[in-house]
Amino acid sequence: MSVLIVAEIAKGAFRKSSLEAISYGSRIASKLEMNAIVLAIGTAADAQLALAGNYGAAKVIKVDHPNFQHPDSGAYTALIADVVASTQSSVVLFTHDNLGKAVAPRLSARLRAGLVSGATALPDLSEGFVVQKNVYSGKAMAAIAITTPVKIISLMPNSVSPVLSQGTAEVEAFSGSADGYKPQTSSRYEHTERDGEISLPEAELVVSAGRGLKGPENWGMIEELAGVLGAATACSRPVSDIGWRPHHEHVGQTGLAIRPNLYIAIGISGAIQHLAGVNGSKVIVVINKDPEAPFFKAADYGIVGDAFEIVPKLTAAIKKLKSAN
Amino acid sequence: MKILVCISQAPDTTSKISFIDNDTRFNDDKVQFIVNPYDEWYALVRALEIKESLGGHVSAISVGGPALETVIRKVLAIGADDAIRIDAEPSDSFGVASAIAEYAKDKGYDLILTGKETIDYNGSEVGGMLAELLGLPFVSLASKLDLSEGKVVLETAAEGGLEIVTAPLPCVISAAKGMAEARIPNMRGIMAARTKPIEVAAGNAPALVQIKKFSLPAPKSSVKLIDPENVEQLVELLHNEAKVI
Ligand SMILES: Cc1cc2nc3c(=O)[nH]c(=O)nc-3n(C[C@H](O)[C@H](O)[C@H](O)COP(=O)(O)OP(=O)(O)OC[C@H]3O[C@@H](n4cnc5c(N)ncnc54)[C@H](O)[C@@H]3O)c2cc1C
Repeated sequence: MSVLIVAEIAKGAFRKSSLEAISYGSRIASKLEMNAIVLAIGTAADAQLALAGNYGAAKVIKVDHPNFQHPDSGAYTALIADVVASTQSSVVLFTHDNLGKAVAPRLSARLRAGLVSGATALPDLSEGFVVQKNVYSGKAMAAIAITTPVKIISLMPNSVSPVLSQGTAEVEAFSGSADGYKPQTSSRYEHTERDGEISLPEAELVVSAGRGLKGPENWGMIEELAGVLGAATACSRPVSDIGWRPHHEHVGQTGLAIRPNLYIAIGISGAIQHLAGVNGSKVIVVINKDPEAPFFKAADYGIVGDAFEIVPKLTAAIKKLKSAN
Repeated sequence: MKILVCISQAPDTTSKISFIDNDTRFNDDKVQFIVNPYDEWYALVRALEIKESLGGHVSAISVGGPALETVIRKVLAIGADDAIRIDAEPSDSFGVASAIAEYAKDKGYDLILTGKETIDYNGSEVGGMLAELLGLPFVSLASKLDLSEGKVVLETAAEGGLEIVTAPLPCVISAAKGMAEARIPNMRGIMAARTKPIEVAAGNAPALVQIKKFSLPAPKSSVKLIDPENVEQLVELLHNEAKVI
């Protein structure tokens, strides 16, 4: 029996969220006295794939085939179901991202395997197999028991820090033929973002701004602050609705739910729907000129003041810290 | 074009969330239920736009008890032609997907739409499960949907850009922000909704998982306010106390 982790590759290496999933899966495997096996779909050198061993995996099965160029949910599900069978996996892990959302539910229905999407902690194995996740858009948590023979979890990025170990993973090619897994959909990729932009769902640091910024022309200082921190940028819903910022930056109950280590909210009032998507952040900093802004109640640190004065000072202070270290 | 839109109800976004029965059940006392925003704003409205430009029929489907009538009437008021309520009490997404799949399997829908996720369980699960149960292609989180030569052309967010995905019909698509603009029902729609048919169908909603317990996040300790004249102190605290930078 084993734990199978479906890992994603970007630019020749495991994605950060996949390393988290590998570590999470390996820790479940060691508790259940099973092997952690990684299914790596995409193009990467064996030396890169072997790094899964540092996160606790015993083996990596690699599949590099044009059928999996884009995440066709049907082709991926068929492949993963076959690998679950051949590795006799009883736990399957995904990341709760675009791929996980496309494939994990299909696999769940195919294998009649219970699924918990967006897990935020290791499962509690003391009484069965109970997985914790956020519900009500971050306003509450639920402990959910999976009782089916095969169990599927998709892990929320940035929820469980990876644990490094000394092990090495052996890398082997998928033993079957990948030709048969024909995608039913086709796809073309269009690059739209600047290079080096940090992906928001995976980001550890996030600088976010709201309607308090008055207009899109004022985002220069937000991007500059994000730049010195190495942070991703986000925004409140009205800001993306009026087109000041792209939709993919919208966080909250009807946008992305994120859990960075640091969330800096600038000129955002802190409406309940906004907080829902960000209150899993480890540390929240609020900059708002209104001392009564509800966001201060959810903040760890706050500055009451004008963003146009404070943000440039903050950027300068961080630059100074970075150059001192 | 025969389109089926899957609808869920969800607590209004300003609802106070609390639990009863030893934290095993959501306390719906005084909670107002709305149509799950992704289902209403994007999936339903895009379905109506397609019908308006190409002709066809838009049905809404929801799984649950008679209390669903309010959100179903709202969906009819916005413009769905008719609705189906599957009279079953699902306790997880698989239950919902199974009940819908059983109903939809021989009805010949060309396109089945769901919202990206519900704002209560946040699973993003029903669409994929439904597609698998019906043996159909599934594309999740589409922010744009067009029809061209008997196929759907979709946009989905991808690392650093977007994917333009083409899927054959019939298929299942989950709708994300951007696919359409929310519509507010007008008086005529509200009047018409009163007489539009709601079919009640029997169904089963088998479960694969069970919710054991709910809990609420620990309250935040109070905020540490920093003098706006001393922004360097914030950086110092983030570095040495919070250790996040
Ligand atoms: C069904 C539903 C779903 C929703 N989902 C979401 C969601 O997912 N995400 C989301 O964000 N919202 C969501 N909303 C909207 C939400 O209710 C709020 O309207 C929104 O979050 C407010 O955005 P804001 O804070 O940017 O703007 P505002 O509420 O206008 O706040 C602007 C803030 O900026 C401050 N400010 C102004 N000038 C300055 C300055 N110079 N310096 C510093 N501070 C300044 C003000 O004091 C104020 O607090 C939803 C609403 C509904 C009804």
